[in-house]
Amino acid sequence: MISFSAVHKRYPTGYEALRGVSFDVEAGELVFITGHSGAGKTTLCKLAAAIERPTSGSVVVNGQNLAALRKSAIPYVRRNFGLVFQDQKLLFDRTVLDNVLLPLAIVGLPPKEAQKRARAALDKVGLLEREKANPIALSGGEQQRLAIARAVVNRPAILLADEPTANLDTDSAADIMELFKAFHQVGVTVILATHDTQWVRQLNPRVLWVEQGQVRAPGEALPEGKA
Amino acid sequence: MNVWLTQHSVAIKGAWQRLLASPLNTLLSLLVIGIALTLPAAGAVLLDNLRQAAAGVASTQQISVFLSPEASRKDATELESRLRQEVSGKVQFVAREEALKRLQETAGMAELVDSLPRNPLPDAFILEPRNAGPEALESLAKTLSAWPKVAHVQLDSAWIKRFDAFLRLGRLAVLLLAAAFAAALVAVTFNTIRLQILAQADEIEVAKLIGATDGFIRRPYYYFGALQGMLGGALAVLLVNGGVALLAEPVSHLATLYAASFRLHGLGLGQSALLLGIGALLGWLGAQLSVGLYLRQIEPK
Repeated sequence: MISFSAVHKRYPTGYEALRGVSFDVEAGELVFITGHSGAGKTTLCKLAAAIERPTSGSVVVNGQNLAALRKSAIPYVRRNFGLVFQDQKLLFDRTVLDNVLLPLAIVGLPPKEAQKRARAALDKVGLLEREKANPIALSGGEQQRLAIARAVVNRPAILLADEPTANLDTDSAADIMELFKAFHQVGVTVILATHDTQWVRQLNPRVLWVEQGQVRAPGEALPEGKA
Repeated sequence: MNVWLTQHSVAIKGAWQRLLASPLNTLLSLLVIGIALTLPAAGAVLLDNLRQAAAGVASTQQISVFLSPEASRKDATELESRLRQEVSGKVQFVAREEALKRLQETAGMAELVDSLPRNPLPDAFILEPRNAGPEALESLAKTLSAWPKVAHVQLDSAWIKRFDAFLRLGRLAVLLLAAAFAAALVAVTFNTIRLQILAQADEIEVAKLIGATDGFIRRPYYYFGALQGMLGGALAVLLVNGGVALLAEPVSHLATLYAASFRLHGLGLGQSALLLGIGALLGWLGAQLSVGLYLRQIEPK
């Protein structure tokens, strides 16, 4: 489903975020990308979703080599993904419901059908009764659940979340992890970038350890406890 | 098709909402655009009215041939057959009685004619030669003036030529004015949309990140620009036709004082539609430039 081979990423500042990363993610997998902050987890997520382009090497999503794509084809690649951003990127000038409606407007779903789907997504993350609220009025955990609702409302094949439990208390983080587990169980490919390894034992995902711009093969030394 | 319709109807609705969301800004923009369109449109209407007023006086290139006062009706008949032979085009005989009657009907002349003791006018021919080039007309006039019983030959085209040149100059001035104001309209729309885009930079960023095409981003702004331009055009139509309505009464009163009948006319349905269309097109152009520039700026290098 996603295939990185010999991917290098050097930013214009000269900083080398990734140095020869290769791995594959199969459909339906639950994958944790872990590592210290600054290790390259976010860059990895951005490359997968075609937000950044690799300096060299290839990223293939659903059989499409992202480096070879025309610029106009990139939006359609992104629609394979439900993206949960590290800084959430919620829109505070509109209601909770309108935030979830945005991805549906982008694909051109008729407004009535879109409302139904958006409410279903909000129901799934337990925010249905807050649909008219402004996201600024939500707690940290609720905001993260809203971000997840927006990511899954289009029923994407891949759910890609960057640090979804950062800045959350343990209870809220547990709720969020439960949600990801539920999506994984209904067949969605779930990829989480997190420095928080305490969930590894509970969810039993496949783990990719990123260190200094390289990915270590699964099974190799995995540090215990919080990184 | 369904998706296409949905996306466009959503974009149009969004554009309306943005217009209504800040009524004061919208009103100010519409005033600027409306006035920018009003000035050239008013100029065009003025020229059109002048042209029609002139057309009421004379439309074709004519030569008037006046016979000498002592020429009899028989002389006139002979002259007419000779004219018909030698001049290709329309030859019209105007008897002196008829000429007087026409003069009576002409603006401001009624009382003057009534005060005359006898008819001072000679018989005359009005020629409309098929070959109406200025040189051909002049040489014809010269030939005719040498004929017997012909007192005077008058070329009626000179003032029309001058008036035509004046109208052409006027049209050019209106065109230049229109070009200047069109540029202003594009600039106003560009700026309005730029401000909107900056206010919605977050939404644009998120939408692009989650798979929006550039078309999806551009669409509401295009509709906004076109809609704003069209409403500005509608305002211009109201201003021009309102101005005409206010002036119509005094102008026709003035015409009556000269015993003429002239009615000022404003923008017709077709012209109004054209003005709306031009407004929409220029607004769309401003939006296109503004959004295009912004999307290029945020494109990751």
